[in-house]
Amino acid sequence: MNLAFDLNTIWFFLVGVLFAGYAMLDGFDLGVGALHLFTRGDENRRILLNAIAPIWDGNEVWLVTGGGALFAAFPEVYATAFSGFYVAFMLLLFGLIFRAVAIEFRSKQPMAWWRRFWDISFSLSSILSSLLIGVALGNMAWGVPLDAQGNFNGSFWSLIHPYSVLVGLCTVALFTMHGSIYLVLKTEGALQQQVREWSRSTIISFVLFYITVTMFTLLYVPHMTDTIRANPWLFLVALVNMLAIANIPREIFHGREMRAFLSSCAAVIALLLLFGIGTYPNLVYSNPQPANSLTIYNAASSRKTLQIMLIIALCGVPMVLAYTGSIYWIFRGKVKLDAHSY
Amino acid sequence: MDVFLLSRLQFAFTIAFHYIFPPLSIGLGVLLVIMEARWLKTRDPLYLEMTKFWARIFGLIFALGVASGIVMEFQFGTNWSIYSRYVGDVFGSALAAEGIFAFFLESGFLAILLFGWNRVKPVTHFLATCMVALGAHFSAVWIIVANSWQQTPAGHHIVGFGTGLRAEIVDFWQVVFNPSSLHRLSHTLAGAWQAGAFLALSVAAYYLLRNKHIAFSKATLRIALPVAMIASLLQLLTGHASASGVARNQPAKLAAFEGHYPASAPADMYLFGWVNQEKERVQLGLRIPGMLSWMVHGDSKAPLTGLQAFPPDDRPPVNLVFQTYHLMVLLGMGLIGLSLLALLLQFRNRLSEQRWLLWIFVFAVLGPQAANQLGWASAEVGRQPWIVQNLLRTRDAFSPNVSGGELLFSLVMFFIVYALLLALFIYLLNDKIQHGPEERTSMEGHRA
Repeated sequence: MNLAFDLNTIWFFLVGVLFAGYAMLDGFDLGVGALHLFTRGDENRRILLNAIAPIWDGNEVWLVTGGGALFAAFPEVYATAFSGFYVAFMLLLFGLIFRAVAIEFRSKQPMAWWRRFWDISFSLSSILSSLLIGVALGNMAWGVPLDAQGNFNGSFWSLIHPYSVLVGLCTVALFTMHGSIYLVLKTEGALQQQVREWSRSTIISFVLFYITVTMFTLLYVPHMTDTIRANPWLFLVALVNMLAIANIPREIFHGREMRAFLSSCAAVIALLLLFGIGTYPNLVYSNPQPANSLTIYNAASSRKTLQIMLIIALCGVPMVLAYTGSIYWIFRGKVKLDAHSY
Repeated sequence: MDVFLLSRLQFAFTIAFHYIFPPLSIGLGVLLVIMEARWLKTRDPLYLEMTKFWARIFGLIFALGVASGIVMEFQFGTNWSIYSRYVGDVFGSALAAEGIFAFFLESGFLAILLFGWNRVKPVTHFLATCMVALGAHFSAVWIIVANSWQQTPAGHHIVGFGTGLRAEIVDFWQVVFNPSSLHRLSHTLAGAWQAGAFLALSVAAYYLLRNKHIAFSKATLRIALPVAMIASLLQLLTGHASASGVARNQPAKLAAFEGHYPASAPADMYLFGWVNQEKERVQLGLRIPGMLSWMVHGDSKAPLTGLQAFPPDDRPPVNLVFQTYHLMVLLGMGLIGLSLLALLLQFRNRLSEQRWLLWIFVFAVLGPQAANQLGWASAEVGRQPWIVQNLLRTRDAFSPNVSGGELLFSLVMFFIVYALLLALFIYLLNDKIQHGPEERTSMEGHRA
């Protein structure tokens, strides 16, 4: 498929930016959640929690805004995907609800059972949320049965198949790796030593999943590679992705924590970019009847709306980036617990 | 199971639960700005302690608002897919704008408000508090714009045919400033300020009755009482403007507010009553003849369009709208009286002696909460059977491909999870209030 640089493609890209921003930012705090139960001792767990405390709900806004932008720019996709994947999305919502309140509630009471309950909630809901996001991505790539009106006519169980589960697990591995590298950046002393060891195993497990998913995609989901084959220069993205991943262990070995984290961010972005290139110009690929697919053209809002939204994005996004950047800067450095911490 | 009914039930339940929290964030946001401004101006540590105390409570409320709010962002797609396809071009834009202009602002600067006390200069912290409050207000702006467009659609045209009909934007500013958005926004914001102010008053009154944290409580009263009174009085103006707008734009809803049936006749107003929908009249009511006509047109003889001008299929469930509307008005009047009385006593420095009044204030926190819920119920139920007034019917808008079993699963889950969250919220809120304004670290506790 050839690339066209029109308004619809710009919006495909912008919605992609929001979801990639979500994966890059909430990805690491979901990963911290996945690792949470592996830490021993209340103080260590509080350090992990407070490493993400100031920024996690700002990170989640990327998902909420991504959902809103999808609604505005591609309402057909918003309607089809969310009603079609109903049970999966409800589980995701319950996961995100439990996660939000677990972070807020955990340290509000001193009882051991209270803290254990919210520790488990936080960790399981983080893993469940990552898994479901991955399963959804896997289904978008593999394709789902759509009728001529664009409605999904499968069931929840038809969304669970080897490929989607594999992508789901790969997403958990990706976020866990990303989270462990973030924690290397935010911790010190014995805890950092432990986190460093985690990062080694999470990198290895992610690379194994990554290779498996890539092989599986090349063999069984060939339409995901059509665009790259038509535009060989896009192979550069795959190359950047591999280099970014390979660079992570190197930076950690040299103790350059920030560069390791930035490499991990680049790897997440490049992966999402590859996913976007693979699905383009489809948003929901229809399998077995590709003619029913929802594309950036047949699922889009009017030209007028896309233009208005572009102006809104051009006003809003630079401001968001500026103050989000400043807030990350204000909370830079190692976690120190104080009276205001969770 | 009836998918349509369950979809409505789920939406009503999840939005009602969610709507406990955003008005409190908006109202407390205003109070936090005032409190921290006082701290910067006077450098009296009392105000710093006060700001920190309310910031902690704000954090708790905000977390529940986020947790229950994310459901709302996706529920249009999950349960109202036909609606989403129909309105996405218009409604989706407002929702996306809310994300970009409001949510990022609010949750970003919340980090500094809650965790940044030792990391930034006091002035920077104050600016962050202002941004959080501003973000909370922006969020109200965009969601009210979206909802008002459902009430009074403008700036769009309808394209397509058959099942592929949809509304598309023609004029963005007409969508934003549709005929009802401004007065509905002001009415909702004033309700939110009431919710925040009465929460602060409730806690302060409780401390005074318990003879604890006296200086803190009196200072809180001095800040929250004027806000409560101004917001309550504003409800008169904005409520009247809203009702006049409803009279112009949604006559069936206005008729349902007062149970006014004759197709065209002078309309009465009721202090209370019970609408008999079979006999098409109000029973057991206390009536002020011609008052509604006078309120709308300044003439008690002026005819108003009644429910009989609409086919039965186009009428809302009249009694439910009547009752929710009247209870809201009643509560609103009560809150005005209460805040005026308290402010009068405050001026004469006799408020803290009136224990009965303080007890009323302890429980009056429920007043704005109930009025906000009832007001929304009458606004939304009053629009029925339409999901978008005169364009799309609610029963034609739900997701047809979600099964009854799936809906039952999600609805039961929401009941269980939200009941748990509400219990925990009240437990933790009470715990913070009992503990009082002194700081404590999470490591301390009741455990020996």
